[in-house]
Parts: sequence; structure tokens; C-alpha cells
Amino acid sequence: MRKFERTEGLVAPLDRANVDTDLIIPKQFLKSIKRTGFGVNLFDELRYLDEGQPGQDCSQRPLNPEFVLNQPRYQGASVLLARRNFGCGSSREHAPWALEDFGFRVVIAPSFADIFYNNAFKNGLLLVTLPEDVIDRLFREVEANEGYRLDVDLENQRVITPSGEILEFEVDAFRKHCLLEGLDDIGITLQDEDAIRAFEAKHRQERPWLFRDSAQA
Amino acid sequence: MAGQTLYDKLWSQHLVKERDDGTALIYIDRQLLHEVTSPQAFEGLRLAGRKPWRLDANLATPDHNVPTTVKERAEGNAGIKDPVSLIQVQTLDDNCVEFGIEEFKINDPRQGIVHVVGPEQGATLPGMTVVCGDSHTATHGAFAALAHGIGTSEVEHVLATQCLLAQKMKNMQVRVEGKLGVGVTAKDVVLAIIGKIGTAGGTGYAIEFAGSAIRDLSMEGRMTVCNMAIEAGARVGLIAVDDTTIEYLAERPFAPRGEQWQAAVADWRNLVSDSDAEFDKVVTLDAAEIEPQVSWGTSPEMVTGISGEVPDPAEQDDDTVKRGYTRALEYMGLAPKQKITDIKLDKVFIGSCTNSRIEDLREAAKVAKGQKVAASIELAMVVPGSGLVKRQAEAEGLDKIFIEAGFEWREPGCSMCLAMNADKLGAGEHCASTSNRNFEGRQGYGGRTHLVSPAMAAAAAIAGHFVDVRRLDAQPVTEEA
Ligand code: SF4
Repeated sequence: MRKFERTEGLVAPLDRANVDTDLIIPKQFLKSIKRTGFGVNLFDELRYLDEGQPGQDCSQRPLNPEFVLNQPRYQGASVLLARRNFGCGSSREHAPWALEDFGFRVVIAPSFADIFYNNAFKNGLLLVTLPEDVIDRLFREVEANEGYRLDVDLENQRVITPSGEILEFEVDAFRKHCLLEGLDDIGITLQDEDAIRAFEAKHRQERPWLFRDSAQA
Repeated sequence: MAGQTLYDKLWSQHLVKERDDGTALIYIDRQLLHEVTSPQAFEGLRLAGRKPWRLDANLATPDHNVPTTVKERAEGNAGIKDPVSLIQVQTLDDNCVEFGIEEFKINDPRQGIVHVVGPEQGATLPGMTVVCGDSHTATHGAFAALAHGIGTSEVEHVLATQCLLAQKMKNMQVRVEGKLGVGVTAKDVVLAIIGKIGTAGGTGYAIEFAGSAIRDLSMEGRMTVCNMAIEAGARVGLIAVDDTTIEYLAERPFAPRGEQWQAAVADWRNLVSDSDAEFDKVVTLDAAEIEPQVSWGTSPEMVTGISGEVPDPAEQDDDTVKRGYTRALEYMGLAPKQKITDIKLDKVFIGSCTNSRIEDLREAAKVAKGQKVAASIELAMVVPGSGLVKRQAEAEGLDKIFIEAGFEWREPGCSMCLAMNADKLGAGEHCASTSNRNFEGRQGYGGRTHLVSPAMAAAAAIAGHFVDVRRLDAQPVTEEA
């Protein structure tokens, strides 16, 4: 997993509550053999005017000009500002994969669905929870100011607005550590590499037949 | 101190480390890979610049998407007409080459359903931990191996670390005592167990199947029982080692040789639950009471004996059960109190990781011999579990028996078990299937699956409806057709 770096990024507002994982990435794209490449189909039903199929060349598809991510002023956004209960629905890991692949590093919302919350942190995507009234204010500021950026500092657990205002947020210590160090489950297990090697050596000595190269020696 | 269960022993033999939060790191001896759940795992390794921890622990084969007609298979991967399926199989091939993992490719005679291939090769051995990105990995527990089905992220985790993060389960023992009646098979035993404890009965447990009726089963039969532990809610099913286990494994390609074999056998003899081991739960069944089973609903627990009838939802006290039964009967197109023997069939599928081994095909062929598939049956197919099973069956002339009776004789793969290839049920069609899941749409959109043993499936193909295999000798089935 990539380390989470302090992000000073353009903010895109998605003004809609209960955005579910089907909306984030519709089911027909789950047939893919990859963990990457979901970005072009992020919010597929909102973004395009036709029905998307896997493997299609999306550059030829009619865009919905109304959709926020299609507007010129939000191109290159890396912070998504969202509403309550973001990421509800299925457990598909494809949802954070799609957000990440599109270029988002942070989603800021008043609340997130449980499974999505876990999946996001497993995939290097930082979710920042801020109070509803603060989110309301941020929506107004983003919409009023073209080129509005936020500085997201995970190390110090704060978001800094263009006017220098500091918004502090909570995050669980273990998740913060994993994100800052770029550790996924595999990375964490590999911190026990020595223990695994020692176990493996003993295991091989006690039961060599479980290892093909020594089983038929 | 109380003795250890078989599960306890396997767990402690593989425990690398226990964390404070109760999760443990357990070492994995064998990982089986197929095309559906592995691509993102390999992709993950690639993105992180990681290599598999131990190549010789892995073995791959494509099974879910492969076509099963002779003509398509003759073309190799090019015979896969669905482009998405083709890409999945091709990707497995490419990944195995790139990472150096041994693969039995589509037309390798050793190719087949992973859960048939592993044991057949001796790649599954007693005392191993075995994982695969597939819930029916429980099958391998028939060899006293601790076998888990895992998800794609875990496939990647095992590839990269040779370990799995796991939590210890509770112990359940299911004892089946006594002798099975003639015509009653391992499939009927496991369906009866699921009917008794329910599809959530084993949740959180590792189930050890024990008792004289289990001991009397062949390895093929034991695999059928463990295969469906997951349908009883348990991720792990186990059976202790005995002479049957050891005889099956001798001389298998991946099995140890010479002195290693001797040492291994001595060690394997300990892979039994101690006589004073304590189980958190014990369930007992009387083998003599088990009839040939037929599922009537859309969950494996909705099952009854061949002499039974479809239940009446109105007679159920529990509201949730009542609603579930009503919905199931509606989907299945069955009436309350309809006799099981009155259920007419459109298709018959003999295959899947539950029942596609040589013994299964022998049992079906015994029933089919000299008979004809009923004219009302649109398709009756036999899909061997692996290329080697197919060869063996052909050497014994079973293919001829099936073909003469009007069955199609196919190439190995998962086929109509989950209909990821072209073998599917049409909407509303009833199928006697030797597979393991009868969920809505499992074998094709709107398809109606009835789970049965191979002998019962063959008998149903000939009669055109379900019949009691135990009566076949007395009453020629051709008359009923
Ligand atoms: S035969 Fe069916 S249950 Fe078994 S692995 Fe294949 S698809 Fe899964």
C-alpha cells in the first residue's frame, strides 16, 4: 500500500447523502481481473449519459455535463467532499479502488458506512470525519471559490482551510500508523518475517514431506 | 487436562504467532489457485513489487470458466467463446508463468476442478493447512488437512507471506453411527446432516465428521461429505486419518516417497482426535435412518428423503421459516405436499467438486447401464472432475454406458455447478444436480436446482422424475419413463 502523504489538494463537492457502493462503482465492472483501472467507471451512472459496459473506451461516451466531476473547475481534484453515510451498500473493495484510481486521496464527510471505512483504509484512502455543520460550511466555501483547496495533514490530524483555519479530526491510532507507514495487512504480517522464517525452518525439519522439494528427495 | 481434537492439533502445528486481539498467524502449506479469485491477488503483488513467498506451496488450474464440449476444448483457450472468461483463464496462465507457479493448463490431462485435482495429485496431504480462493476448500479436510476457503485479499496475503490471519474456531463433532442402507451414499449423509443442523448450524465451528458410517466411506465419499461442510455453515470440515486415507495417498505424484513416506505415515497416524478430547458441540445421526435425499427448495437445508413430500408453509410455526418456504416454493414452482417422486425434471447434471470423482461416475453408470434417458429430459450431462478421472472412467468403459443411455459425456470443469461457462439452466427448468448449491439462479437465471447423489441423478434422468434408487432392482425404471 502507498504511504499517505500530506495532501494539499483541489476539493470536489458531491452534494448527495447515502452515496452507495453501487453508485461508486456499478456491478458490471466487478468482472474485471484487475484491482486498478476502475477510475474511468467511478460514479459511472452519474458521470455518463449512456449505460457503461466493462472494457468500453470511455473517452467516446457522452458525458453528463451536470455532474460535478465533469465540470472544468474540478478537474484534478484529490479531495472529495461528501455527505452523510458515504459508501453504504455492498462490501466490494472495488469502491475504494475506483476512488483511488480516479485520483482521490481523501474523502471528507460527516459519516461513512462501516465496511467501506475498513476497505478504504486497507487501500490507502484517508477518510476524514467532520461535524455536519462544518461540512455544510465547507460545501458553501468550495462552491463560492473556484480553485478551493484543502491541506490534509494526517500526522497532526488536521485539515487547514485556505484562510488558515484549523479543523481537527479523530482517527484510530492503528489505522493512522498503517496509512502513514504505507502498511497493508501484508505489510504488517511481513513485520513478523523473522518469526515466519523461524517457524518455517522448524516446520520443514519436523515434517519435511510437507515441502515438495524435500518430500521426494 | 482434556485431550486435543484433530482441529486443535492441526491449529497448534501451524501457529506462527498469536496476537493480543485474538487473531493468529497460521502457516499455510498449500495454496490452490484458479482463474476467478486470483487475478487481483497477482495484480496486488505486482503493484507492491512483491514475490510469492514459496513457489512450491502453490498449484494452479483453470476450472470455473472452461468449456466442456470436446470441440471447444480441442481449441485450448481459444475455444472459450465468452471474452471475459477467456481473459480470466489467459490471465491465470500469464500470472503463473510470470511468478513461476506450476499450473495444469486447460488441456493438460491433469487439469480439473481444484478440489478434485489437489487430492488426486497428492498435493493435499494429512496434516497440511490448505487454502484456496473458493469456499469448497473444506473438501480437503477429508484428509485430516486444515483447509479454509479464503477471499481474494487473503489469496494475495498467503502468496506474499505464506501465512493467513485467522481466528480459532470452536469444535463440533458430527457422528454418523451404524450402516448406510443400500443405495444411500455420502451425498445423502451430508444432505441429511445439513437438513438436521441447518445451513448456519456449523457457523463458527470446525466440524469433524466421525462415527462408523463415516469410517466406512471411501476417500471419494469422505471428500463429498467435507465438501459440503460449508453448506452447513462451517468453513472447515475434517475427518481423521486411517488406513483408507493412507492407501489413497500412496504413490500419488506429489506424495512423499521412500523414507519420507514412512516418516509421514507414522506422523499422520496421530491425526485423530484424542479419545478424551472435548467438543463444544456434538450431533449424532443414525446411518440406518438416512434415505436418499432430494432438496426441494433454494437452500441446501431445504431437503428431505425420497419418500417424503414438499412441506406446507402453512404448517410452519416460525414466521421467518414460513416466509422462506413460501418464497422457495414459488421460485421452485412446487406445490405444498407434492410428492418428491412427482417432481419432473428437464435437465440432469452429474459433476462438480462434490460428486465428479471416479466413484461417483461408477455409481451413476451402474444405474444408467442398459437404460435410456427419458424423452422428456432435454439434457443429461456427465462432467468428470478432472482429466484423469475422465481417462479412468473411459478405461472402465463408463463413457460408453453413459453415451449409450443418452447422456452427454463432457470435458472436465465446474460446468453447470455455477454456470460461468456456457452450461446453464433456462428459466423455470428443473435440474437433478449432484452439485452443492441450490440458490436462486445458481445454475442459470431462473433455474431450479435439486441436489441429489449421482445414483439418484442418473435414476431421475431415466425416469424423467425423481425415483427411489433403492427400488430400481424390483421395478424397471423404463416403465416409468
Ligand atoms: S464445482 Fe462448483 S462448487 Fe465446486 S469449485 Fe467449481 S463452481 Fe465451486
